Amino acid sequence: MTDLTAGSPTVDQIRADYSETTRRKRVYGGILLIVFVALMAAGFRTADDRNAGSFVDGWHRIFDYPAEVLSEAWDKIDALPANLVKFFPALVETINIAAASTLIGTIAGTFLALMSTRGMALWPALIPLFRRIADICRAIPEIVIALVLIFILGGGPVPAMIAIAIHTAGALGKLFSEVNENASLKPVAGLHSVGANWSQRMYLGVIPQVGPNYVSYALLRFEINIRASAILGFVGAGGLGYELRNSMSWGQGRYDEAAAIFLLLFVTIVVVDQISGQLRDRLTHGSEKGARA
Amino acid sequence: MSTFATNLTIDELKAEADHLFSRKRLVNFGLPSLVLTYLIYVFFAFDVPGLAERANWENGKTLVADSYSYKTHIERDNRTGEISAAIEGERKGAYPAGEAPDWVTLGETTVIDLEDGHVVRFGPRTVEYDIPGYGTVRATPTRVAGVQAELPAGDVPDWINISKNRMAITTDAGRLTVTRNRSEVFRYFTGWELYFFTLDSPYYGKSFPQLVGLAANGEAGAILNDFWTNKMWRHQDVAWAIFETILMAFLGTLGAGMVALPLAFLATRNFNPLRSVRFLTRRVFDFVRGVDALIWTVVLARAFGPGPLTGALAILVTDTGTFGKIFSEALENVDQKQVEGVQSTGANAPQRYRFGVIPQVTPVLLSQLLYFLESNTRSATVIGAITGGGIGLLLTQAIITQKDWEEVAYYIVLIILMVMLMDWFSGWLRRRLIQGETAPRRKKAKLVKAS
Repeated sequence: MTDLTAGSPTVDQIRADYSETTRRKRVYGGILLIVFVALMAAGFRTADDRNAGSFVDGWHRIFDYPAEVLSEAWDKIDALPANLVKFFPALVETINIAAASTLIGTIAGTFLALMSTRGMALWPALIPLFRRIADICRAIPEIVIALVLIFILGGGPVPAMIAIAIHTAGALGKLFSEVNENASLKPVAGLHSVGANWSQRMYLGVIPQVGPNYVSYALLRFEINIRASAILGFVGAGGLGYELRNSMSWGQGRYDEAAAIFLLLFVTIVVVDQISGQLRDRLTHGSEKGARA
Repeated sequence: MSTFATNLTIDELKAEADHLFSRKRLVNFGLPSLVLTYLIYVFFAFDVPGLAERANWENGKTLVADSYSYKTHIERDNRTGEISAAIEGERKGAYPAGEAPDWVTLGETTVIDLEDGHVVRFGPRTVEYDIPGYGTVRATPTRVAGVQAELPAGDVPDWINISKNRMAITTDAGRLTVTRNRSEVFRYFTGWELYFFTLDSPYYGKSFPQLVGLAANGEAGAILNDFWTNKMWRHQDVAWAIFETILMAFLGTLGAGMVALPLAFLATRNFNPLRSVRFLTRRVFDFVRGVDALIWTVVLARAFGPGPLTGALAILVTDTGTFGKIFSEALENVDQKQVEGVQSTGANAPQRYRFGVIPQVTPVLLSQLLYFLESNTRSATVIGAITGGGIGLLLTQAIITQKDWEEVAYYIVLIILMVMLMDWFSGWLRRRLIQGETAPRRKKAKLVKAS
């Protein structure tokens, strides 16, 4: 910027200053861009080197496998309805894992959020502790807990449910506590003055304020958890992922089943995304209207 | 409530209030009971009662104990009389022949001191174990008659397990197993043994000041090399694995951003007048998002084989759909006035985009990219476990062996630290790049609501 107090600069000076700034900005931007491109290229080269097959050899084969699966599935198209029925219980299990873990995670997340918000916490001294607990729960990838629990509890939906619930509790705990921070504390104070205990203050004073946001986040989490529960099935935690791995490891001859599972998973994800997207839309817009009235 | 402001009669108001109350009551009791019913259904659908029987608590105990302690095996071959010592019984942790830890005295009769008065003696023929408060147990392994055990008088306690060919004693101090061919003692220690150097390294057992002294004398390179190539903990492989995982997240997220940005223009109403192209692009975004990272991983692993590239591409493809959706929404909210202003100075189309549009959407784009970078670090761990790359692979490998639980614990700690570090880093970068954004997540929250 030109110093305005030191007399009025001439047009030439202003122009020189301006082009100087622009040039410097452009140089910085250019350097940043070069560094970025170099990082991407080097990263890609490294990843390519450490991969079993290289990108150059493999890129034209990307569609070989889907084509193989689809052509076999097409040959046995009449078996598709039977396969869809056969794997429907697995789909129900996947959805159940996601739903139960979202529910449990939401309840635990609500608790963590209330415990880690100033003005609402039951034990204000322990706020940092509950924050750290939420951080750690959030940082653990589901697969870590699932694999360890599978070793102890054996394969099945329960390890997956616990693993996803722990991660959900952490993730929602953080989001919920941000919602809580925006909530008004006046109803809580009012309830306190009439002698309400902690759970009454929270249930009657806080939850009605934050409810729509909570539900909206929980629905978003449900979408994510459907995908997570399918992935965890792949490492032995039941549901569609497990069936998918089985039908794939059989190799050719069972691709009609793999195709049916792909289809089920795809349709479920899209349908859940759509429904929850619309519900969330209604929730947030509804609450905005309510807030304005 | 606005209803009370109208000119209704008292009865009507009361009826309305009653109605409101009964509905509230229904929601307040109905919703929790619905949730409870569902959880009870899940409880039985997942066969939780049967789980207690199927669960292997013994596994759980080993897992927990093993994750913070290790055991040293002292083994005698009963036929040749040779004695070998190895940490965790692994070849990588074996003491050189003729050497043993200092609580073992090698000789014709090898004396193993398990502390607190527990002493095991491997004699030329007989194995003896002094157990304080119980007595001395003698066992003689013979090739013909199996293991002949002599116990102090009285009932056999349940921590001693004797059969014809095998005797096993488990005490707090350790464990002794005698079979026809082998006699073996385990002693348990707390900690992660050989974390810095393995036994074949000259620096094993040196204290930290000693190591600093050696490093000052020009041995720093050798010391680092011995640490880096530690066969037991494989620090080099672990460092590479973490790097690979972060690389997958980095390449996948930024690559997806680069692919999605131009495509997002095609999916917006204000930049693309062609309705069919717009529709098509949006359906492509929905498709790649709906197919999910799991299926992309499976498909791509067939083409490229296992490794970080496959993981990076799986993240790239899935997130292209997500970013496409988010970016196109941001682009539709762009203020046209700036674009018109740039246009009025005679800018052509690329210049209009560069100076009229990009500056407006950059904050949203950057904050989304950084948010996904952190969440993709976690996804990369999971995808790595499926495709075989990065720390996820090391973790699954360690779990499959079912005995290296100290390594599993180590990897879990590393993963948590890695994710937290990425979380902190992306938050820091976001605050640096996007000034005035106090709560980083709130931006995401708004977008989520908008979608």
